This record gives sequence, structure tokens and C-alpha cells, in this order.
Amino acid sequence: MSKSGSKFKLKPKTVLTTMLSLLLVVTALAAAETAEEKGLAIAREADLRDTGFGDFTADMRMVLKNKHGQESIRKIRIRTLEVKGDGDKNLSIFDTPADVKGTAFLTYTHKVGDDDQWLYLPALKRVKRISSRNKSGSFMGSEFAYEDISSQEVEKYTYKWIKDETYDGKECFVIESYPVDKKNSGYTRQVNWIDKSQYRILKTDFYDRKNSRLKTLTFKGYRQYLGKYWRPDEMNMVNHQNGKSTRLIWSNYKFRVGLKARDFSKNSLKRAR
Amino acid sequence: MKAQSLITIISLLLFSAWTSLADTHELSGYVSADGWFFPNDPLFPGQEKNNASLAIQAEYYHEWQNGSAFTFVPFARLDGTDPERTHFDIRELNYLWVKDSLELRLGVGKVFWGVTEFVHMVDIINQIDTVESIDYEDRLGQPMIHLSAPIYESRDLGVVEMFVLPYFRERTFPGRKGRLRYSLVVDNQNAVYESPDKNRHTDFAVRYSHSIGAWDIGISNFNGTSREPVFRLNYNDNGEPVIIPFYEQINQTSIELQLVEGRWLLKFEGFYRSSRAHAFFAGTGGFEYTFVGIAETSMDLGVIGEWAYDERGETALTPFSNDAILGMRLNLNDAAGSELLAGLVSKVDTPSGAVVVEAGRRLGDNWKFEMEIYTFFNQRKNDLLYSLRNDDFFRFELIYYY
Repeated sequence: MSKSGSKFKLKPKTVLTTMLSLLLVVTALAAAETAEEKGLAIAREADLRDTGFGDFTADMRMVLKNKHGQESIRKIRIRTLEVKGDGDKNLSIFDTPADVKGTAFLTYTHKVGDDDQWLYLPALKRVKRISSRNKSGSFMGSEFAYEDISSQEVEKYTYKWIKDETYDGKECFVIESYPVDKKNSGYTRQVNWIDKSQYRILKTDFYDRKNSRLKTLTFKGYRQYLGKYWRPDEMNMVNHQNGKSTRLIWSNYKFRVGLKARDFSKNSLKRAR
Repeated sequence: MKAQSLITIISLLLFSAWTSLADTHELSGYVSADGWFFPNDPLFPGQEKNNASLAIQAEYYHEWQNGSAFTFVPFARLDGTDPERTHFDIRELNYLWVKDSLELRLGVGKVFWGVTEFVHMVDIINQIDTVESIDYEDRLGQPMIHLSAPIYESRDLGVVEMFVLPYFRERTFPGRKGRLRYSLVVDNQNAVYESPDKNRHTDFAVRYSHSIGAWDIGISNFNGTSREPVFRLNYNDNGEPVIIPFYEQINQTSIELQLVEGRWLLKFEGFYRSSRAHAFFAGTGGFEYTFVGIAETSMDLGVIGEWAYDERGETALTPFSNDAILGMRLNLNDAAGSELLAGLVSKVDTPSGAVVVEAGRRLGDNWKFEMEIYTFFNQRKNDLLYSLRNDDFFRFELIYYY
């Protein structure tokens, strides 16, 4: 090859032909990108844009509303640690209702396989392992299932781009995501509206196991932190089948407060306040 | 006048020093009222039929910026019939010092060991407050020096804990007037000890615990005064026969294992205990499986199956010598957090045991209603529960959290 290489002479015409044919190949490749590949690429881009936040803490007010409009409120503090090469570690501490004050919930999310979860019961001083397969179960009586509030890792779903559409005045990709763990998820699919400019989820429709629309989650008041990471002020989950809804009102976001893996250990769960 | 203002100034200074350093300090707790209804007449002289009581618990918590914390949890119950159930206890009064992930807790504290749902066998640090409830889940505060040292060697390798327990707490037992007691009254004032140091014997414990993937393990060793007394018959000053609790010196090695396999939780805990008089094994284990969203609702149903064994058999001061336990936990997942736990405990060889139902729900944000039903069936003469054969009861409790 080195011999022929030395003989090869670049002529302007050859360059042009080469460039044209390359262009054709690229276009052909782009056209060949399936809807699944495009969906995955969008999910990856959204994930990439949220990578590197390190850790954050936030306060969350959970407002449960039944079909008669009666509300009850839970106050929860959230601590999250980004883990390189795996899913995030997450700690939720309950301040109200008063009878569950001090209850804490620890999750190690994994990109592949089951998450690890523990619950701390302060009255007994007991750290209890719980099965993360119960992901379709209600989180504290809310319309959020455990799988809705746990860290959304790219690997937990497969994707498909459906169409582009304007939602809430913003150009969006509409992609569907399908749980990898089909057996234990409460959903057959989720339809996500992701804005093209910032790759933020603006709305998700959840379809139950019979593929009928179960819930809709909308995100409001996105703010950017550290000049990069977007977090909503409010998330509203409406259950179309039982008429109940749950609002999560977020405040007091603090990024890079210096949380360490040891702040997410089973042992530290006992003194989480 | 001068002295008074001086005191005021000093206390103001102290208060501001205390609070200015503070990161968090909070006061919480509960007040509760409960009623016990026994449909059957009592069996033993002196016992009264029904009962009502009041309880209060407060928790003061203060945390400094460096993570150190002070906790104070006093508890008191005022009982309508049984003076032995009227009691005050400091559940916690301790100072926690934290450096990185090293923790040192000094003072009265509480810890929990174990994995199973019904019988808590290896949980030995804190004495059982049996007059609070017969499920043995209420514990007395234990004075301790508790060091907790996580091992990090580029990754999490578990936690080593060391306990120095300089003072022993005697188990509480119902008095003459109370229900849910043995035919003879336990003489709480005249406990006997194997150690000449009595309740000032210093006990030691060490523990290693770790989570490896789907496994949670715990290995512990306790050396000191047994929390479980041996009963000796004797006469009190009035010449009446009574039970004298005798607290032996023991060495107890225990293990806890738990595996999460899909929706199954598989559990085992057991210990080997030796004293001068005897050495034996006891263990309990089983499974827990949760059905999520049953009958197209948001309700969860957990099914629990456990077995408890004690090598001492009927001579054990535990109702669980060879028993099977079947339980279910129904969680309505409603805003009120409604929950129901039902359990059937029975001897493996003969149908003899108890049925337990516990339920609770919130009323608004600060109130909670709880109820318990216990029925004992087919008790045999040599069984520990024989003396409870007429003590089926219904208990309700109203709790206000502040």
C-alpha cells in the first residue's frame, strides 16, 4: 500500500468526486437512521446534557389531590449523587406527614438490572431492604409510581422517534420509550415531548399494560442551574383513570454541595434528618 | 435582683451561643390515648378487666454545622390500672459525633438488628419494654458508647460497629393488676444477677454488616448480661409466690442474612447463645413477597411466611419454640396511608397459637388512629401463652403528632 500511496496523485477532479461520493454516503446513512435510532440518539443527547452535575439537594412539596379536590401535603427533602458509569444514588427524607417524619428512602439506581432500595423506619431505628421490582407501586400514596420518581437512566428503556410537533409553543421531538423490564413496569409505553432547543422533557403520557392512557405528567417553570442543568419548578401528574393528581413543587435546588458516596450509605441513612 | 439579671444574661448568652452554632434544631413528638377491651374475665386474682392509658413522647434534636448532633427523647405512660405499666423512660439522650463517615454516639440510644418481620431474635442491645406491647417492638433506652466505622478501601466494604454498654436495663413486666401476664406476678424489684456487678456489669458487642448486591448480611457478637431473664420461683416479703427474674451472663453470636430475588425477600436470622447453665441455638427465617396494584387498584399486598425455632423448646421464655407464622400486609396507598397487618402464629406440631390484626390510618395531617386485635387459641398447659388464654383483646389508640 505504501508503494501505491506514493504513486497516488491528488487531482482536483478526484477530490471533487471523492467529496461528492462521501456526501452521498453520509446522506444515505442519515436516511437509513431508523426511528428507533433517532429516538435513542435524542434520549442520549438529553442524558449527555444533564451529565456532570455532580450532586444536588432540593426540597420537594408533594400535593396529593383526590377526585373531590381535597388536598394533602407531604414535605420531602431530596439528595442526589451522580455516579460515573452507573445510575444515580438518591436519598429522600420525609418531614411530613408527622407520623412518618424522619422516614428515609435510599435508592441505588443501576443502568442494567434491578435497583437497590432501602427504607429507614425511625420509630424502630430499622433499615429495611425493599424489592425494587415493585416499581409500579404508588410512591407514598401519590400518583407517582416508584419507577416515575427514580433516576431515569437511558438504558432502562428502548426508544422510538414518532414525529416532530410544537408543544406549548416549543418545537419538540415526540419519542416513545418502552421499559426494558416489561414484566415489572406498570407501562407498555411512555410518550415524551422533548424540546429541540434544550432537550428538556415537557410532557409525558403514560400508557398502562392494556395500552390505554393512564397518566399525564407535565413539567413547568424550568430553570437552568450552573449555566447548564435544567430543573423544573413544578411537575404535575394527572391520573386520567381515577381522577386523582399529584403535584411536585420543587424549591431550594443546590448543586455541587459536596455530597459523597458515604452520605448515601445504609449507615448514614440512620442519621439522615 | 442582681443575681436574677445575671442569670438571665448568662442564659441568654448560652442560648445565643447554642443557637448561633446551630444548623438545625427541632422539637417533635406525640401524645396518645388508648383503650384496651378484654371480652373475657381475668383469670388471676387482682387483675382488672379493661384498661385505658395515656402516653407522651417528645423528641428534641439539635444538629451543629459539623454534623454533630444532640438527641433527647423522653417517654412516659400513665396507666389506668397497672402501676407497673405506668412508667417513664429515656428512650434517647445522646450526643453524636461525626467525622467523615466515622460515628461516635455517647449516651442513651437505640439500635435495631435483624431482618425478619414477626420475631426479632437477634435484636439484643436494647431491652424489651413488654408492658408497651406484646409484639416486643418497643424497647427501653440503653446507655452506650457506640462507635461505627465504615470500611472504605476504594469501595464500600461494610461497617464495623463496637458497643460498650455500661448499664443494664431490666425487662418490664405487667404488675398484679395488669392483664397479659403470667399466673404469678414477676417481682420487678428483686431481680437477681449472675454477675456480682449486677446491673452495672459492662457488656460489650461488636458487629459487622454489609450489603453486597442483592445480599444484606450482619454478623454480631454480644458478651454480657442476657436481656432475657430465666424465671425462678420464690416468695415475696408477704409470703406470696412470685417470679424472680434471673439475669445470666451470656455470650451470643448471631447472623442475619437477607436476599432480594426479584419480588421475593428471603430472610434468616439466628443466634447461638451460651451461658454457664446451657448453650443453644435459635433462629427465624422466611420470605416476603409483594403483589403490586392488586385487583386493578393502587393497593399493595405483601405476603409473609416465617418460621421460628428455639432449641430450648417449651422451656424457653419465648412463645416461639417451633412456630409457623403466616402474615399479610395490605397497603391501600391512599392519602391517609391506611395499612392493615394480619398474622397467624401457630405451633408447628399442634394447632395452638394466636391471631393478630393491626390496622392504622391517618386522620388529617397530625392525627392517627390505630387498632389491634389479639386472639389466643387452643393454648396448652405447658405453653407460655397458656396464662393468656382469657386475654383476647381489642385495643384502639388515637395519636396526635406535633
